[in-house]
Amino acid sequence: MHFSGFKIIKEALTGHKGWKPTWRTPDPKTEYDIVIVGGGGHGLATAHYLAKVHGITNVAVLEKGWLGSGNIGRNTTIVRSNYLLPGNEPFYEWSMKLWEGLEQDLNYNAMMSQRGILNLCHSDAQRDAFARRGNAMIMAGADAVLLDETGVRDMCPYLDFDNARFPIRGGLLQPRAGTARHDAVAWGYARGADSRGVDIIQICEVTGFQIEKGVCKGVETSRGRIGAKKVAVCVAGSSSRVMEQAGMRLPIESHVLQAFVSEGLKPVLPGVITFGAGHFYISQSDKGGLVFGGDIDGYNTYAQRGNLPVVEDVCEGGMAIMPMIGRARMLRMWGGVMDMSMDGSPFIDKTPIEGLYFNGGWCYGGFKATPASGWCYAHLLATDQPHPVATEYRLDRFRRGRMIDERGAGAQPNLH
Amino acid sequence: MIIHHPLLGPRDAAEFYVLGDAALIDRPDGQAEDAAERFYGYLYLRDNPAGEHRELWYHEQGDRSWLVVTRDTLTHEIKKVELARDVALQKGRGQ
Ligand SMILES: Cc1cc2nc3c(=O)[nH]c(=O)nc-3n(C[C@H](O)[C@H](O)[C@H](O)COP(=O)(O)OP(=O)(O)OC[C@H]3O[C@@H](n4cnc5c(N)ncnc54)[C@H](O)[C@@H]3O)c2cc1C
Repeated sequence: MHFSGFKIIKEALTGHKGWKPTWRTPDPKTEYDIVIVGGGGHGLATAHYLAKVHGITNVAVLEKGWLGSGNIGRNTTIVRSNYLLPGNEPFYEWSMKLWEGLEQDLNYNAMMSQRGILNLCHSDAQRDAFARRGNAMIMAGADAVLLDETGVRDMCPYLDFDNARFPIRGGLLQPRAGTARHDAVAWGYARGADSRGVDIIQICEVTGFQIEKGVCKGVETSRGRIGAKKVAVCVAGSSSRVMEQAGMRLPIESHVLQAFVSEGLKPVLPGVITFGAGHFYISQSDKGGLVFGGDIDGYNTYAQRGNLPVVEDVCEGGMAIMPMIGRARMLRMWGGVMDMSMDGSPFIDKTPIEGLYFNGGWCYGGFKATPASGWCYAHLLATDQPHPVATEYRLDRFRRGRMIDERGAGAQPNLH
Repeated sequence: MIIHHPLLGPRDAAEFYVLGDAALIDRPDGQAEDAAERFYGYLYLRDNPAGEHRELWYHEQGDRSWLVVTRDTLTHEIKKVELARDVALQKGRGQ
């Protein structure tokens, strides 16, 4: 079923009887070439690119709940490539380029909207750091514009420029950044993979691995054993729980991140705006709701809900830069379980167990990475070589002292 | 979350800073043959269990004691709170 303007008109005129389910609901086969564990954005993108780029279609995606029940359906949908370090920026810029062609590639409306991201700075030192970051971005082929205070005033006159504690001195703008409809990303990738023959199996929880003499031969699931030549885990917040079944301990802690949506308002925010002196980011959805968030709660948790102190903290951050939102009412809030790695950067790698692969540690930034993560994981699975833009995302990098410390905070875990 | 501080009674969790897994008390011997490997595990690897978790909380905005809190990571229920000092002494780490 191909989506097009013509198809919509045709269906409108014929009573909408021709729409079909977007993907099949197959029973699992006994054996696949590749079994992907976790039907979030990353698992589905991996399946899509395995089929489309590498022609590998004897693949199953096993999802314990329904598609989109994890973080892919819970995030604040910010897409950007404004990283600093050489291990990161080329990867995120490749993701950005894939985002730009995603809807044509998938023939699916992911509501990708490149309305820009503006990171505010509040001191001279921070502006210097942003100049450096912008240069690093441009060197990696991304776009960056350093704005002075007047530049920011022109864009967002309603910000609290003369705030006594956090005056706004300027900002780093990435015009190509923006937001996308998170569920549609999952559905679009699912449809892309399914249409090429990948089996998407929902309500199928992986409960163990079949490992014989150091080689992974398949998985145990709530729907029986499923054999596989390669098993590719990408279960985000559940990473430690799942990999423990293969006897592995990871450099990951699970934490909750909350998100908030206000009542619908007329258009007030042009794009994404972030606070530079605290943790707060905000954008406005197409329905008009302000979508915002801040820090993780800070304690280990697998409960998909947080506590009130963070709500207060996030709202304080918002009020510090944007007092105009003070009277908007909050409608909804929720939480998602994040796979926080020890340096804040992800993993796309083989494991010491042959045939078992791991993708995780995405922290609170894995939505923007969805296309490149799928692309690079598919590359690794198909060729057994890391993709050139993902060579640093190794599981043993802490042992080798090769952290990717994007925040410049030194080799100190527990900074998340 | 309310943490029942052994000395101060019920306190709001917002008064605390949380450091994570209480296994951090068991700092490896820096002079051991395999110290590098042990410190790698100590610093970077975590059990990260779903369920009961013993963790270190620091009463930053209170009496500045370190606590070992046993908490369920699935429900946030707190089952036990001890002074980290007592736990460390029991492990013989005070000598
Ligand atoms: C509140 C919030 C805001 C965020 N905001 C942003 C943002 O603005 N920008 C950004 O880039 N990122 C953001 N993120 C992060 C981003 O959402 C995640 O990093 C990313 O979605 C993780 O990858 P995923 O989509 O594959 O994860 P998920 O969708 O969580 O997929 C993992 C899947 O694995 C399944 N699973 C788990 N265990 C098993 C098992 N045993 N067997 C089978 N399946 C299993 C789960 O059910 C789940 O569906 C945010 C996250 C949250 C929670």
